[in-house]
Amino acid sequence: MNILEVNRLSIAFGGLKAVDNFNIEIKKGQLYGLIGPNGAGKTTVFNLLTGVYKPDAGIIMLDGVNVAGKRTISICQAGIARTFQNIRLFTEMSVLDNVKVGLHNHHRYGIATGLFRLPGYFRAEKEMDERAMELLKVFDMEQYFDYKAANLPYGQQRKLEIARALATEPKLLLLDEPAAGMNPNETTELMEMIRFVRDTFDMTILLIEHDMKLVSGICEALTVLNFGQVLCQGETAEVLNDPEVIKAYLGE
Amino acid sequence: MNSVKRKKLIDNLFTYGLVVFCWIAVQALSATGHMTNQINGLLVPICMYVILAVSLNLTVGISGELSLGHAGFMCVGAFSGSFFTKLMAEAIPSLQARFIIALVIGALTAAFFGVIIGIPVLRLRGDYLAIVTLAFGEIIKNVMNVIYVGVDNGMLRIAMEKKANLNLSENGRVIIEGAMGITKTPKASTFTIGIVLVLITLFIVQNLINSRTGRAIMAIRDNRIAAESVGLNITKYKLLAFSVSASLAGMAGVLYSHNLASLAAEKFDYNMSILILVYVVLGGIGNIRGSIISAIVLTLLPELLRGMNNYRMLIYAIVLIIMMIANSAPSAIAARERLLEKFQRKNTKEAA
Repeated sequence: MNILEVNRLSIAFGGLKAVDNFNIEIKKGQLYGLIGPNGAGKTTVFNLLTGVYKPDAGIIMLDGVNVAGKRTISICQAGIARTFQNIRLFTEMSVLDNVKVGLHNHHRYGIATGLFRLPGYFRAEKEMDERAMELLKVFDMEQYFDYKAANLPYGQQRKLEIARALATEPKLLLLDEPAAGMNPNETTELMEMIRFVRDTFDMTILLIEHDMKLVSGICEALTVLNFGQVLCQGETAEVLNDPEVIKAYLGE
Repeated sequence: MNSVKRKKLIDNLFTYGLVVFCWIAVQALSATGHMTNQINGLLVPICMYVILAVSLNLTVGISGELSLGHAGFMCVGAFSGSFFTKLMAEAIPSLQARFIIALVIGALTAAFFGVIIGIPVLRLRGDYLAIVTLAFGEIIKNVMNVIYVGVDNGMLRIAMEKKANLNLSENGRVIIEGAMGITKTPKASTFTIGIVLVLITLFIVQNLINSRTGRAIMAIRDNRIAAESVGLNITKYKLLAFSVSASLAGMAGVLYSHNLASLAAEKFDYNMSILILVYVVLGGIGNIRGSIISAIVLTLLPELLRGMNNYRMLIYAIVLIIMMIANSAPSAIAARERLLEKFQRKNTKEAA
């Protein structure tokens, strides 16, 4: 079953067709890679999927519902969560609070309940604390819970961003260059973690990555983007051996 | 995790304790006859400035928007509150009851203005937002400066420019009189009421910060794009913080207007807004207790130094500088730690 089906997705900035007729089909539980040279439009695809940009044309079917053109908030609630190429954490807040912000829409109580500390406040806060700690434990970060997010080491910040995204209980997780700035050891660790997240949370993951070791190591299928258009699509091994892909991206 | 929570709770209780302690100290001092008239006259203004500083800190420190129009909201609150007290003088004979209702009305009117000003203003960021809030503050002040409101035969009459434009019948009376403002508001503000209002302000601000809503507001401050991506409604929470802050300023305005015999709009100019911002910055942006302390110290200081004549402003300036360095904003604390670390490293290097 396909969790995400994108059809003829396009957007142009002025005369530049940043993404042109983009199609993709991702099965539930799949680990899918989106690769391509710099400026190919990969992050633009992410921004279209999450509603940061409104597409000029095309449909985005998430689990049978078209979310194309909807606002970021509704798309988040529909079940797409993302991380960013340049890490975007709530830097002045604690690690625990970062995850709790992710839980915002799942554990609700009114403003008055919070203001007057009614019983609902304590109940919901307790649930949120427990859930957030569970998520931090998955990433082996529970000892950092009261650190300020800005003070975490780089690798931990990446993990926290993923934990926060998972807190929104998405159906599809988008990772934008998760291995950027990591050394080979950290990358290996990250690969295991991504696989672990997929298995533990039964998650579907679409990731943008330049690190070919990571891409060939964990991605089950790939789409190669070049100048905003799909160059090649299919199983990882096939795509990476495609002469067009080698010419445009990998180099001979 | 519970220890962290307990620490936060104790921290909050300590802030309430500080306010209650101030009240007890003042009561003790006046009982033993140590209060001068000068200081007595400052007690209500101090409460007012504390409320203003704490509420502005909600906008500047927690929501991260530099607002320079806080005096405008105070002005709205002061006028609507005083207007109500004067208007209802016969209908509700009890001054205390009128004052309490006036406080609520002042807060609600200011909150309403917070919402309608916030809708356009909060689309802007940084310097632009600061300039536009400054302009809104001035607009409010200038409108209040030329507006005339009177009442006759149970009808409200509003006019601009001059009193004659009201066309009041003989039994009518003018309540808001242009540049003269509202005169002869009965004095209802007391230090104890001021302290109660400070505690209410603290209760609202601290509980808001430590709730789901407060986390959302701070998350938007720290990273707008990420906040949106986890499903937060940016406009809603920004507007909420802005209007809560405005309504508390309105409440402070009512306290102010019921402390003085005459209320004129020109008091609420940008100097007042800047003054409140100075309290917030020197107390530490984002630090509620710091705002309280700096508002108290910086209101008292010029009076206490009155005896030193020539050196008064010099000492005041030095205190400002010291507070700037020693304040307890999270960023100031971090800067101090960095400095200390550098210093220690240098020392160890020299020792080796």
